[in-house]
Amino acid sequence: MDMSTILSRLQFAFTISFHYLFPQLTMGLALLLVILKVLYLWRKDDRYNISARFWAHIFAVTFIVGVVTGIPMEFQFGTNWARFSTYAGDIIAQTLAMEGAFAFFLESAFLGIFLFGEHVFGQKMHLFSAIMVWIGTWASGAFIIATNAWMQHPVGYTMASNGRLHIANYWAVLTNPWIFPQYLHTMSGAVITGSFFMAGLGAFYLLSKIHVDYGRIFITLGVIVGLIASAIQLFPSGDLEGRQVAVYQPTKLAAMEGLFKTEQGAGIVIIGQPDTVNARLDNPIIVPNVLSFLTYRQWTAQVKGLNAFPSNQLPDQIDLLYYSYHIMVGLGTIFIAIMGLAFLLLWRKRLFQARWMLWLVMLATPFPFLANTAGWFTAELGRQPWIAFGLLRTAQGSSTTLSSGNVLFTLIGFMGMYLLLGLLYVVLTVFEALRGPRIEAEEETQQPEELTQGA
Amino acid sequence: MQTLWFILVAFMLSMYILLDGFDLGAGIIHLLVARTNDERRMVIQAIGPVWDGNEVWLIAAGATLFFTFPLLYASSFSGFYLPLIIVLWLLMLRGVSIELRSRIPNPVWTAFWDGLFFLGSALLAIFFGAALANVLRGVPLNQNGYFFEALWTDLSPYSQNPGILDWYTVLIGLMAFTTLTMHGANFIAVKTENAVNARARSIARLAWIATIVLAVPSTIATFSVQPHVAASFLSRPWGFIFPIIALIGLIGMGYASFRQHDLLSFFSSGAFIVGMLSSSAFGLYPIVLPATNGANSLTIDNASASQYGLTVGLVWWLIGMVLAAIYLILTYRLFRGKVRLTKTEGY
Repeated sequence: MDMSTILSRLQFAFTISFHYLFPQLTMGLALLLVILKVLYLWRKDDRYNISARFWAHIFAVTFIVGVVTGIPMEFQFGTNWARFSTYAGDIIAQTLAMEGAFAFFLESAFLGIFLFGEHVFGQKMHLFSAIMVWIGTWASGAFIIATNAWMQHPVGYTMASNGRLHIANYWAVLTNPWIFPQYLHTMSGAVITGSFFMAGLGAFYLLSKIHVDYGRIFITLGVIVGLIASAIQLFPSGDLEGRQVAVYQPTKLAAMEGLFKTEQGAGIVIIGQPDTVNARLDNPIIVPNVLSFLTYRQWTAQVKGLNAFPSNQLPDQIDLLYYSYHIMVGLGTIFIAIMGLAFLLLWRKRLFQARWMLWLVMLATPFPFLANTAGWFTAELGRQPWIAFGLLRTAQGSSTTLSSGNVLFTLIGFMGMYLLLGLLYVVLTVFEALRGPRIEAEEETQQPEELTQGA
Repeated sequence: MQTLWFILVAFMLSMYILLDGFDLGAGIIHLLVARTNDERRMVIQAIGPVWDGNEVWLIAAGATLFFTFPLLYASSFSGFYLPLIIVLWLLMLRGVSIELRSRIPNPVWTAFWDGLFFLGSALLAIFFGAALANVLRGVPLNQNGYFFEALWTDLSPYSQNPGILDWYTVLIGLMAFTTLTMHGANFIAVKTENAVNARARSIARLAWIATIVLAVPSTIATFSVQPHVAASFLSRPWGFIFPIIALIGLIGMGYASFRQHDLLSFFSSGAFIVGMLSSSAFGLYPIVLPATNGANSLTIDNASASQYGLTVGLVWWLIGMVLAAIYLILTYRLFRGKVRLTKTEGY
């Protein structure tokens, strides 16, 4: 693989990983914001509305960073993956364009109303706009998943005489069986991020004894939603994902599980470092037969190992793929434990005083970001060496006219920009979090004459 | 089908320039038209609720270009790699400067983002103009339909190996700058009163004069640099309606500005933009990306998607556009009228 293609891969991986840190939070928060508005209107408790307004600030900053880091993603198909875009654009650009046409217009229109219009347009419109923002952000996720699902499991296409793919069946692309498990798993992952973030901030407030009322609201809502999402992440969504990978992408399964050799009654690896040169795991702890059961529902089923496939069909980053998968699963399990424990204490009305639990919940806040990222690394690294699984290799999808020097220039530029953006985001979010939920100044409209006179 | 989609993609790109064009114009004039923090907040609040939706037209247009003319999308995006990535960075800086400016109540913080808002907007206007000029002039396409252009070569648009920047593309870039300044100033005049409104009106007038001055050499140069444009107009003279619309817009702007009618000025500068962009599209058709050596040009035929793809796309695209139009009308109606500076946080 030439340097230009390698750098293009690095650039796409870097820009998409950074970008996705933000939409996972906004998609999770979008749901929680609707819940807060509904709680306010139902319980008639102002604190829910003040909470909603507070989280809207965090949402707005997160959303804008998500938007600006998202724009390069659409363009990057054309800039760095021109041959893939020409080859498969007839199909994947349909779902990508639908995201623009349906989701983006919807969410941006109603976000303006949601952020600006509470007093001007009233509570009914405000709730409606919150729901529309939720639908818009989750629709955006759906179309992206549909695009990636096609890359993982191409459907609904034919090969044209000029060597490009043509879309043959629009509904087949939209109802690709790969979509449902992937979408459920991805959205549940976003809800985990949102709920852990909310619960974590609530825990911080309770521990530092500031904004205590709100700390209780945040941690209660965060823990309940977080537990449900963490559970769904394992079953059914994680299970469905694993089983469809086993059927359609056995190379991904073998690599992510660290299964070097085909086995009857394969065990699941808890820990063990992969040694790809000697085709084995170092110091493995393996629970026998579990992998066979999880993937095929038979304790003695045969699971294909890496040795069952020609080497040119194997992913090229097996180590990273293995670790990404294990980090994701490990964290996912820990999330269930933390939320489960917290929920138990919440139910017994002991959570707000249980400082050790509050510390755990607070410290857990950044880890869903890691887990979601690790999950996507698993999905994409495991798709290799294909850019369209089974059809086009990644090495054949890159742009032919880009020198490695140009790609390196833009990669460095993106890294610099995103370092700046990331720092800004952390500063602003910490600033907002420390200010906390507050009753904001009543709207006073001033006549512009007064303003310019006083200025 | 290909012709229809050529028109629809041109329509979407025009909508983007029409809408986000005034956001960019607002950014260009921001430091001049608003002197105090409250006045600056007025400019930001004027575009605040709508700028993101306006920018979505770029994303939607790009994605539509992708599914309707995949080879054109792939070729132009990889060929214009460097300026395109730079445009992405500028869009990032522009967007972030609008949204983050008022988040920390510190004058150094706000001044920094105000400056970036101006710089990002100004450079974007010039880059977009230069981009259009590159497409009109033609690029060194190889027989696979791909190319790459360095930022500059010999600065001549007649070269067999042109760069992104030559005197022609810079000229069009400058004209885009004055046009969007005029358009943005008109929008700010519509949304504000008193001092800010007065300043916006005078800037709009100045930009209008500058646009007229630049329009003459720009038009002559375009016909000279791309002979196909003249051929298009001569073979289909009904196409002169487009430059006529642009001319009406320009004259209308003069009249409206004289009568201090802000909304009419805004619609006039809008008409000018629509007229100029549709003239360019008309002049290019059926070529979508001319090649410097003629034979390798990308056309609506060799760059398009499959018939089925174009047809099925039309169905959902129409639905999407109806919805987008509803949101557009809804948002602009809800936020109509002069900016009322409020004490709420945000902008």
